[in-house]
Amino acid sequence: MTWDYSDMGKWSWKKHPRGAVIPKAGTAHDYKTGGWRSQRPILDKEKCINCFFCFIYCPDTAIIVKDEDMKGFDLKHCKGCGICAHECPKDAITMVDEIKAKQQDESASA
Amino acid sequence: MPRTVAAIGTDAVAEAMRQINPDVVPAYPITPQTAIVETFSQMVADGRVESLLINAESEHSAMSAAIGAAAAGTRVMTATSSQGLALMWEMLYIASGLRLPIILANVNRSLSAPINIHCDHSDSMGARDSGWIQLFSENGQEAYDNTLQAVRIAEHPDVKLPVMVLLDGFIISHSIDRVDFLEDDKVQKFVGSYTPEYPLLDAKNPVTWGAFDGLYGHYFEFKRAQQQGMLNAPAVIKKVGEEYGQMSGRPYGFFEEYHMEDAEFAVVALGSATGTIREAVDIARCADMKVGMIKLRMFRPFPAEELVKALSGVKAVGIFDRSDTFSGTLGGPVFVETRSAFYESPVKPLMSSYIYGLGGRDLSFDLIEKAFAELEETARTGKVKERINYLGLREGEVE
Amino acid sequence: MALKLKDLTKNKEWLTGGHRMCAGCGAPTAVRQILLAAPQDTNLVVCNPTGCMEVSTTIYPYTSWRASYIHSAFENAAATISGVETAYNALKKRGKLEDDFHFVAFGGDGGTYDIGFQSLSGALERGHRMLYVCYNNEAYMNTGIQRSGATPYGAWSTTSPFGSESIGKVQNRKDLTAIVAAHNIPYAAQASIHNWRDVARKAQKSFAVNGPSFINIMAPCHRGWRYPMEKTIELAKLSFETCIWPLYEVEEGQWKLTAKPREKKPVEEFLKTQGRFRHLFTPENKGQIQIIQDFVDREWETLLKRCGEA
Ligand code: SF4
Ligand code: SF4
Repeated sequence: MTWDYSDMGKWSWKKHPRGAVIPKAGTAHDYKTGGWRSQRPILDKEKCINCFFCFIYCPDTAIIVKDEDMKGFDLKHCKGCGICAHECPKDAITMVDEIKAKQQDESASA
Repeated sequence: MPRTVAAIGTDAVAEAMRQINPDVVPAYPITPQTAIVETFSQMVADGRVESLLINAESEHSAMSAAIGAAAAGTRVMTATSSQGLALMWEMLYIASGLRLPIILANVNRSLSAPINIHCDHSDSMGARDSGWIQLFSENGQEAYDNTLQAVRIAEHPDVKLPVMVLLDGFIISHSIDRVDFLEDDKVQKFVGSYTPEYPLLDAKNPVTWGAFDGLYGHYFEFKRAQQQGMLNAPAVIKKVGEEYGQMSGRPYGFFEEYHMEDAEFAVVALGSATGTIREAVDIARCADMKVGMIKLRMFRPFPAEELVKALSGVKAVGIFDRSDTFSGTLGGPVFVETRSAFYESPVKPLMSSYIYGLGGRDLSFDLIEKAFAELEETARTGKVKERINYLGLREGEVE
Repeated sequence: MALKLKDLTKNKEWLTGGHRMCAGCGAPTAVRQILLAAPQDTNLVVCNPTGCMEVSTTIYPYTSWRASYIHSAFENAAATISGVETAYNALKKRGKLEDDFHFVAFGGDGGTYDIGFQSLSGALERGHRMLYVCYNNEAYMNTGIQRSGATPYGAWSTTSPFGSESIGKVQNRKDLTAIVAAHNIPYAAQASIHNWRDVARKAQKSFAVNGPSFINIMAPCHRGWRYPMEKTIELAKLSFETCIWPLYEVEEGQWKLTAKPREKKPVEEFLKTQGRFRHLFTPENKGQIQIIQDFVDREWETLLKRCGEA
C-alpha cells in the first residue's frame, strides 16, 4: 500500500480515507522522536557481549540488531531514556549529553 | 413463491435477518426486542443461517462487538430497544464516525424513569443526532421491507452509514399482522454481496481503525465527510425504495402522502400511529373534513425540502410526536424539525405540536378527532389555540 | 522449549519506533516482549481501549502498528476484539478467508480493572480466542495519574492525594489476575517486563491456546510513580523481589509460580524508590508501611498455598 500523506495539512475533507482509517501499517516509522532526547546512548562495542538485554528492554524499538550482533541505536527514534545503559550488564552503553554529542557530530562532519 | 403469513413484528424482522444471512449478529435481550434475538438464535441453532451470534453481556458490548466485526470486514446486524439503545449511545456515534454500515432494528420503547416497557419514540429520538439513518415502520410488513432495504442503503459507497430500522414496541413487535415475505433468492440478489472498505482481516494490508486525531486536527474534516454520507443518502434511499417496489410491489420513498391533494389541514406522524390516523382521516373525509396525512418514513436524513413542498398547500399542520424534547418551550422533536424546515419558506402553514402516546398510552380515535377539530379551527380562523398539546394526558381535576 | 534472546531479535517487530509514549515508559516494552513471542506465520489484529497506548501509537496519520489495529472506546476493548474474532470465524466458516490471525488486546489497568471489566468478563465467559494483556502501571496515567482499582494502598495519585486526613489511596488494589482465573479460562498469568523470558514463555502459551488467555503484566510508569526514567526495568524487578507482584500462571486450573525471588525483600525497598510513596516515610505514617507489608504477606501466603508451595 502506498499512501502519500506528506501534504495532509492542506487536504480538503474530501481527500481523507473514510472513517479516519489509517490505510497503511507502521507509518509512525516516518515520525522522528529522536528530537526528544536530552541524553544519547553511546555504545562501546569492545565491551558488548551481545546479550541483547538492551534490545528486549528498549521501549522504542531503537536497538539495532543484525545477524545476532548489536549494531547500535536507531537515533531517529531513540528517546534517550537510558534504560539500555542502565540494564547493560557490561556497562557497554553510556549516556552522554545530546547537545554535546550533536556538536561533536557536526565538527566531525565539518 | 412469495409467502403471505400472519406474523408478529419481531418475527418479520427476524425473517428478514434470516434471508439476509448476515455474517455476525451481536445482541443482548431487552423487552420488547427480545423476540427478535430469540427467534434469530433459534435460526442459528437450527442451521437455517450461517450467521454467528455473539451473546454480549450488555448492549454497549453488543454494539462494540458489532463495530469490531464490521471493521473486520463482515456484514453485521443487531437489535435493541429503549435502555439498550441508550446504553449503546456512546457506540452509536463511533459506528457512524467510523462509517460502518451496521444495521440495527430498534423496537421503540420509552426511556426510564419511571421504568415503563411500552412504546414511545424517546429511545430512537434520543439517537437522532448520532449519525445513523433512521427509517420508521408503520407495521410488520414495513419493518420487514425496511430491514432488507437498510442493507443496500447502509453499504452504498455514497453513504456508508449505519441504519436504524424502527418499529413500535408491542404495537408492531407483538401484534400479529399479515406480512408478505419475498423468496430467499430474491432477497439475496437484492442485498447482494458485501465488499468492505479497509477490512482488518486483510493480511496483506494491515490497517488502523479508530486512530486518535488529537494532535493534527482533521476531526472537523471527518465530520464534514460524514455529513456528506447523510446528504447523499436520500438519493440512494429513493433509488433503493423504487427498486424494491419493482421487485415486491411495495415501493418506498421518504414519506407517504395520504389525501394531501386537496387537504386544508394535515397531520404529520410516524410509526404505527399512522395506521390509526389513516382510518381517522377516512372517517373525517366522510364528514367532509379536508384532512390529509403525511407518514414520515425517513427521519434521518430529514427530508426538509420535500416535506415543505408537500405541506405548503395546507393552512394548518398538526405534528404528532411520540416523545418530547424536554426543551421546555419547543414541543416534540418532529415538530421542532418540521417547523425549522419552513423557516425560509414563503408559505408557512400554522403548526401545532401534539405529543401523544408516551409510555404506551393509547392513541384512540377520539383523541385524533379532537386534534382534527382543533386543526380545522386553526385553518379556518388563522389562529393556533395551543402550540403544544398533550393528547390523552389525564388533566382533569379529581372530582 | 529453550527460549533464546538472540532468536527473538530475529522475530517480527509489530510495534515500530516513532510512537509517542513517554521516554522510558514500560508499556511499549511489554507490547514488544509479548508480540516478539507471537507465532511467526500468523497475522495479528491488535485492539486497545482508549488510553496512553492508544493515543500514543495511533496519532493519525501515524500508526506504530504493523498489525491490523482497532480502537473504539474505553470500556470495551474485550467486546471489540471479540467482534473481530467472531468476524474471523464467520469468514472462515463461509470459506471466504485463507489467512490465519491471532487477536490481542492491550488495555491499561484503568481500562481493564475498572471501566473495561464488565466487557472483559463477558468476553472471557464467551470464550473468544484472544489474548488480553493488561499493561499495569497502577493508575490512570493517560489522564494524569488518577487512582484505579490497581493502585496500591498508600500510593499518592491526583485523585488519592495525601493530606492531613488521608495517607493517599486508602483501599487495597483488587486481585484481578485471580478474578480472571476464576473465569476458568485456559490460561491466565501474571508477568513483569523485567523478566523477558518469563513474559515470552507466557505469551507463547497464550498464543497457543484455543480460547481466551490473559496476562497481567507489570509495566512501571515513571511519570506516575515518580522515579528516574532509566529505572523502569529495575522497579519492575523490585516489585517482583518484594513479592508485591509475584510471577505465576494458572493453566487449566493449575496454579504455578513461574519464578520465585531468592530472598523476599521488605516492601520498603520498593516503596522508597518512588515519589508516590514518599509521604509514607514520615514519623506520623510509620505504621502504614507495616500495613502494606502485612497485605503483601497475606496475598503472598495465599498464592503460595494456591500454588502448592506452602
Ligand atoms: S545490553 Fe550491553 S552487552 Fe548486552 S547487547 Fe546491549 S550493549 Fe551489548
Ligand atoms: S536510550 Fe532508551 S530509547 Fe534509546 S535506545 Fe536506549 S532504551 Fe531505547
